[in-house]
Amino acid sequence: MAKEATRQNPSVSIRTPRARVRGLGVSHHGVGHWWLQRLTAVANVVLMLAFVVIIARMAGRPYPEAIRLVGSPFVSLILILAVLSVTIHMRLGMQVVIDDYVHAPATKIAAVFANNFYAVVVAVACLYAILRVSFGQPPV
Amino acid sequence: MAPTARPTTAQPLSPHLQIYRWTWTMAMSVAHRITGTALYGGTALVAIWLVALASGPAAYGWVAGFFGSFVGKLILFAYTWILLHHMLGGIRHFVWDAGIGFDKTQRLGLARLTLIASAALTVIVWAVGLLAR
Repeated sequence: MAKEATRQNPSVSIRTPRARVRGLGVSHHGVGHWWLQRLTAVANVVLMLAFVVIIARMAGRPYPEAIRLVGSPFVSLILILAVLSVTIHMRLGMQVVIDDYVHAPATKIAAVFANNFYAVVVAVACLYAILRVSFGQPPV
Repeated sequence: MAPTARPTTAQPLSPHLQIYRWTWTMAMSVAHRITGTALYGGTALVAIWLVALASGPAAYGWVAGFFGSFVGKLILFAYTWILLHHMLGGIRHFVWDAGIGFDKTQRLGLARLTLIASAALTVIVWAVGLLAR
């Protein structure tokens, strides 16, 4: 009970008034960024090694063969997963770089916006291209 | 009330990288950030490559021609090393996340291993890639 009394004492506890009122403790969302960075990092190890193999096998191939390779279900799936994992991972990483080095409010807001837009544009462009090739739309 | 006079002497600033003697762990920490930032920019190349592929033979011919050129191959070779270095740097962080590898000799060894293994793996990947052609 002494512990609870300390928690409820605003002059001792570092809990916010709102958290004290709700009395629910932490939501465990604080490590979301860190956790997602690790989760995508593990996925990236597998997916990017596969990506290196795909790129190596693509080198020097004529167009129809390149289309067949990227458009095959397995390669398409690997590429889609890689794009998702990488763009989430890189967006989080750049967020940390911005947090560490960009301090002027206007520049920081611009940098955070640019980071999010860049990650989404890269992701959507890659996914659209993979799906288009995979579903057989490009002229061969 | 008169405004408080600001001190005219230069205030000490918090020390940054240029103050310290470079160490392996510090260099590899900086390298992890630089390689991460390079890969961040490099995803644009992947997007260009894929969109060109989806656009048709003409666009793909341009992009494939560029990556097949000397400059293009140089970029791909650098990209391979940057990717593997960042990957091994990440694995080093996982070792630390597990709560091990913090001893002086261990962290020095891990930092050196990141650089040596990434360079060795890059050569191996390219050797295998070129031989398997």
